[in-house]
Amino acid sequence: MPDWLADSNTQWVLAGCVLLGISSGVLGSFALLRRRSLMGDALAHAALPGVCAAFLITGTRSLPVFLIGALIAGLLGAGCIQAITRHSRIKEDAALGLVLSVFFGFGIVLLTLIQHSDRGSQAGLDKFIFGQAASLIGTDVQVMAGCAAVVCIASAALFKEFKLLCFDAEFARGIGFSATFLDGLLMLLIVLAVVIGLQAVGVVLMAAMLITPAAAARFWTDRLDAMVWNAGLIGGLSGALGALLSTLAVRMPTGPLIVLAATVMFLISLVFAPRRGLLSKAARLLAIRSQVARENALRALYEYAEAAGAWDVKVSRDELAAVKGQNPVGLAAQIARLEREGLVVTHDGRSSLTPEGLRTAYEVVRNHRLWEMFLMYEGQLGADHVDRDADFIEHHLPRATVAELERLLRVHGLEPELPPSVHPVAA
Amino acid sequence: MIGTSGAWIILTGALVAASCGFLGCFLVLRRLSLLGDAISHAVLPGIVVAFLLTKSTTSLPMFLGAIILGLLTAFIVQSLAQGGVQGDAAIGVTFTALFSLGVVLLSRFAYGKDLDLDCVLYGEIAYTPFDTLLLGGKSLGPRAAWVNGGLLLLNVLVVGLLYKELKICAFDPEMATAVGVNVALMHYLLMGLVSVTTVGAFDSVGAILVVAMLIVPGATAYLLTDRLEHMLGIAMGVGAASSVAGYFVARSLDCSIAGAMATVCGGFFTLAFLFSPSHGVVTRNVAQRRLRRRVAQEDVLLWAGRRLEAGQTAAFDARDLSRGLEWLLPDAAAAARRLTGDGLLAARGEGFSLTERGAAQAQELIRRHRLYESYLDDLGYATDHLHAAADRVEHHVSAEMTAALDVATRFPDRDPQGKPIPRSGS
Amino acid sequence: MSVQIEPRMPPVATAEVAAPLEVHDLTVAYHRRPVLWDIDFSVPEGCLIGIVGPNGAGKSTLIKAALGLAPLASGWVKIYGKPYAEQRRLIGYVPQRESVDWDFPTDALDVVLMGRYGSLGWFKRPGRADRELALECLRKVGMADYARRQISQLSGGQQQRVFLARALAQDASLYFMDEPFAGVDAATEKAIIALLNDLKEQRKTVLVVHHDLQTVPEYFDWVIMLNMRQIAVGPTAEVFNNENLQKTYGGRLNIISDVADALAKDVPRRGR
Repeated sequence: MPDWLADSNTQWVLAGCVLLGISSGVLGSFALLRRRSLMGDALAHAALPGVCAAFLITGTRSLPVFLIGALIAGLLGAGCIQAITRHSRIKEDAALGLVLSVFFGFGIVLLTLIQHSDRGSQAGLDKFIFGQAASLIGTDVQVMAGCAAVVCIASAALFKEFKLLCFDAEFARGIGFSATFLDGLLMLLIVLAVVIGLQAVGVVLMAAMLITPAAAARFWTDRLDAMVWNAGLIGGLSGALGALLSTLAVRMPTGPLIVLAATVMFLISLVFAPRRGLLSKAARLLAIRSQVARENALRALYEYAEAAGAWDVKVSRDELAAVKGQNPVGLAAQIARLEREGLVVTHDGRSSLTPEGLRTAYEVVRNHRLWEMFLMYEGQLGADHVDRDADFIEHHLPRATVAELERLLRVHGLEPELPPSVHPVAA
Repeated sequence: MIGTSGAWIILTGALVAASCGFLGCFLVLRRLSLLGDAISHAVLPGIVVAFLLTKSTTSLPMFLGAIILGLLTAFIVQSLAQGGVQGDAAIGVTFTALFSLGVVLLSRFAYGKDLDLDCVLYGEIAYTPFDTLLLGGKSLGPRAAWVNGGLLLLNVLVVGLLYKELKICAFDPEMATAVGVNVALMHYLLMGLVSVTTVGAFDSVGAILVVAMLIVPGATAYLLTDRLEHMLGIAMGVGAASSVAGYFVARSLDCSIAGAMATVCGGFFTLAFLFSPSHGVVTRNVAQRRLRRRVAQEDVLLWAGRRLEAGQTAAFDARDLSRGLEWLLPDAAAAARRLTGDGLLAARGEGFSLTERGAAQAQELIRRHRLYESYLDDLGYATDHLHAAADRVEHHVSAEMTAALDVATRFPDRDPQGKPIPRSGS
Repeated sequence: MSVQIEPRMPPVATAEVAAPLEVHDLTVAYHRRPVLWDIDFSVPEGCLIGIVGPNGAGKSTLIKAALGLAPLASGWVKIYGKPYAEQRRLIGYVPQRESVDWDFPTDALDVVLMGRYGSLGWFKRPGRADRELALECLRKVGMADYARRQISQLSGGQQQRVFLARALAQDASLYFMDEPFAGVDAATEKAIIALLNDLKEQRKTVLVVHHDLQTVPEYFDWVIMLNMRQIAVGPTAEVFNNENLQKTYGGRLNIISDVADALAKDVPRRGR
C-alpha cells in the first residue's frame, strides 16, 4: 500500500467522502425521478444558518451538534418552500431560489457575527461552505457512517414505496399510501444526506452530489434498482477520486474536486452509455439512415423495372434518380454498395438487378407497400398492436392483419410480383 | 453619521439591488429563477480566466468572460435537456461543474493575488469606496458605483426598448413565436443581461448572494401587484430598500453586509407573503372570515324575511333558526346574537324578531334574489334551477348590479315563481 | 348559503349487503368554491356505471372524494357500508394517464405489480404469487408479450391497457376509472369494454368517468349525470334522455338534443 494511502487520516477522509457519495447517489436517484433535484440545493444552502446557530447556542465545535442544527434548519427550509408554494402564487422554482438565498444570506450573517466576535476562530465553520474533507476525523466519519446507514436502509426498506411515489403519486394516494408522508420522508432523508456531505463537499456544492451521480446513472439502465445501485457506485467513486485528488493538491477545498470527478463520470455516461448515450444514439441513427438509403435504392431499381415491364432492364444512375427525385450522388453510392453485395450489376454506366438482387428488392418493396396499406387503413385495423421494435411488418402485426393487408394490396393493384427465378423464394 | 464612504456603499448596493431586482422579475415570471441562480454561479470560471489572461481586474475582460460563460451555460442546459437529462438536473449538473471549475482555477492559479475567493464569493462592499475611478487624474467616485449604475441603465434601456417582446415571451412563448418574435433571441438576451449584471454585483454582494437580489425582490413584487410595469418598479424599490436597510443592520451588528441585505430582503418578502393586500395569507384569511360572517348573517335575514312574508310574525328562537337553515345550534345562536348586536334583530321574549332596519335589509336581499331569478329566467334557465343559482349569487350582487338587473328585466313585479319582488327601499 | 349540516348518523345496516357505493349529501369545495354540491345516490352491485357531465362538472372530484383524496365540506361516502379507509382492499383505481412520467425506468410488469402494493402494505416486497398474478392480469389485457418492455416504448393504447392491468391486479370489488377511454384507438376501446363486461360477469361494480355521450347507452347500465349538482342517477334507459342531457350540459345545445333524439330512436337501450 502506498504511503499516503496508509495514513490513517487519509483513510478517514476517503471513507467519509465515499460514504457521502454513496448516500447522496442513492437518494439523488429518487429526488431526480420525483423532479426535486434542486430541492437538495436549497436544503443544503438552508443548512448553513443551522450550523452557525448550533455553534452560537451551544458554544461547542462538535460535528453531531452542527449536524442537528443543519437538520433543523434544512427541515425549516423545506417547510418554508412548501408553505410558499401552497399558499401563494409563487411557483416552486422561485420558492426554492428564495429559501436558498435568504437562508444562506442569514447563515453568512451569523457566520460573520461569529468571526467578528471574541470567540476567536470561527471553529472551522467556513469550511462548511466548500468542504474541507482533510479536517475529517475518526468520530466525524463514524457519525457520517451512521447517517449513511440510515439513508441506505431506509431506501432499501421503502424502495417500492418510493418507486410508487416517483412514478405515480396519484395512484399511490388512491391505494392508501400517503404521498405527503412519503414526500416528507424523502425530504428528511435528503436533509440527512446533506448533513453528511457538509463537511466533505460543503453547502454550495452539495446539490451536485445529489444530482450528478443520479443523472449519470440514468444513462446506463432502464431499471430503477439498477439505477440506484449505479448512482451509489458513481457517487462513491467520485467521492474517492475527489478525496484522493485533494490530498495531492494543496490549498484546494475538497468540494470542487469531488464535483468535478462526478461531472467527468457524468460526461462519460452521457457520451458512452450503451443505448441511451449520445454515441450509441448517433450510431443507431447512422445505421438506420444507411439502411433506408440502401432500401430506397433497391426499391427504385425494382419499381423502374416493374414500370418498364422487364425485370432485366438497365438504367443509368441519373435516369433512376430523376424518377423519384432522389439525390444522384447518394444513389450512386448505394448502387456501388449493392454491386459489392452482388445484388446489382453495372455495364457502361447502366445498372440492373441480379436475380439475387431481385429477390431482395421484392422483399423490400412488399414490406414497404404493406406498410403503406397499413397506414391507409390504420383506423380500422387498430394501431394498438404495433410492435415498434420489430423491423419487418410481418413481425409487427398479427397474421390475420397481414393477410388482410395483402388482400388490400391486390385490391389496389399494388401487389409486387416476383418472377419465377433460379432461386426458389421462401414463403 | 454615515460618511461619504458609507454613502457610496449604500448607493452602490442600491444600484446593484435595483438592477438585479429589475431583471429578476422576468426570471420569476418565466420560471427561470433557478437558471438565473445557475448563471450567477457559472460565470466564475469566465471571470477567473479573464483575470488570468489579462492579469488585471479591469471590468471589460471580466464582463466578456462572464457573458461568454453565461450564454454557454444557458446553451449547455438546453442541450442537455434535449439530450435526455431532466430539466432541473441539467441545470444542477452544469452550474455546479462550472462553479467547481472556477473555484479550482481560482485556488490553483490566482491564490493570493488580486482576485480573492472570499471576496468573489461573498463580496466585500465595504472595500468598494476605495477603488475609485480615475479619469484624467480626477477621482470620480468608486468604480463599483459607476459600473453598476451603468448596468442599471443598460438593463432599463434594453428592457425598455424590447418591452413588449419580453413581455409576450414571458407570458406565452408559443404565441410570441407565432407573432414573429424570436423567442430564443430574447431568451439569450435576457441570460446575457443576467450574466453581466451578476458580474457587476460581485463586488458588492458576491456570487452566492446575487441570487437573493435576483429573485427575492421580484417575488415580493409579484405578490403585491398584477401589472408588469408596477412589478418592475416595486422590485427595484424593494431591492434598493433591502440594500439600504441591510447596510444599517450590518453596521450595527458588525456582520456581513451582503448577508444582511439578503436577510432583510427575505424579511420584506415575508411581510408581503403575509400581509399583501391582494395576495397575503393573513389578509386572505381575514377577508374570508369576514365574508363567511356576512353571508351567514344575510342568510339569517333572508330566512327571517321570508318567514315574515309568509305571515309568521311570532318570534323565533335559535332552535327554529338552526332547523330552518340546517345549521348547528351553536352557530345559529351565535349568528342571532351578532345580528342583535348590530341592531338588525331584537330580542323578544325567549326569541328574536326582525327590527325595522333588519326587515328593510331582508327585503332588499329578497329583492336581489328574486330579481336575479327573473334575470336567469329571461336567459332561458329551467324554472327549477333558478332558486339554487340565485341562492349562490345573492350575497355578491351589489346595489349597482341590482339596479342594472332591474332595468334588464324591465322592472318586474313578480319573480318567475310568482312571488312578489319588493320595491327598492320599501 | 352555509354548508354546515348537523351530522346525521348513517342508516343502520340492514340484513342485506350494503351497496358498493353510497354517497350522501356530498359537498366538495376547493378554496371555498363548491365543485360538487349535494350529491346523493347509491349504486347497485355488478353494474357498469358511467359518470358524465361537462368540463369542470366534478366528475373526477367525485371519484377523488370517494377515495378520500378530496376534502369534504359536508356529507359522507360509504364503500360497502364502511368509510373508504377501512375498505381500501376492495377498491381498484385507474387514474388519468397524464399524471404519470412515462420515461420512468420501469417495465410493464413492474407497473402492474404496483397494483399489489396496496395489499402488501409497508415494507413488504412483492413475492412470486404477486408476480404470477401480475402476469395473469397482463395476459387478460393482451399485453403478456410486453411484460418486460420499457413503458416509454408503448403506445397510448398499450399504456392504458397496462394501467387497466394494474387495476385488475388490485383484485378489487369496486373499480373507479377516470377517463380510461381518453386518447385510445377504437380497437383498444373495444378491448377495454370487453374487460369491463368481464368484471361485470364477476359481480364487480365499475364506475367510469366517460366523455363520449354517443357510447353511453351501449356501454353502461347505469349513468350518473353531473354538473356540480346531481342532475340524474339511475338506469341508463330511464335516465339518459334528452331532458336530462340538456339540464346537464346547460342551455339549448342542439347538437346534444339531436344526438339524444337519435339515440332514443335507433340504438336499443340496455335493459336493466
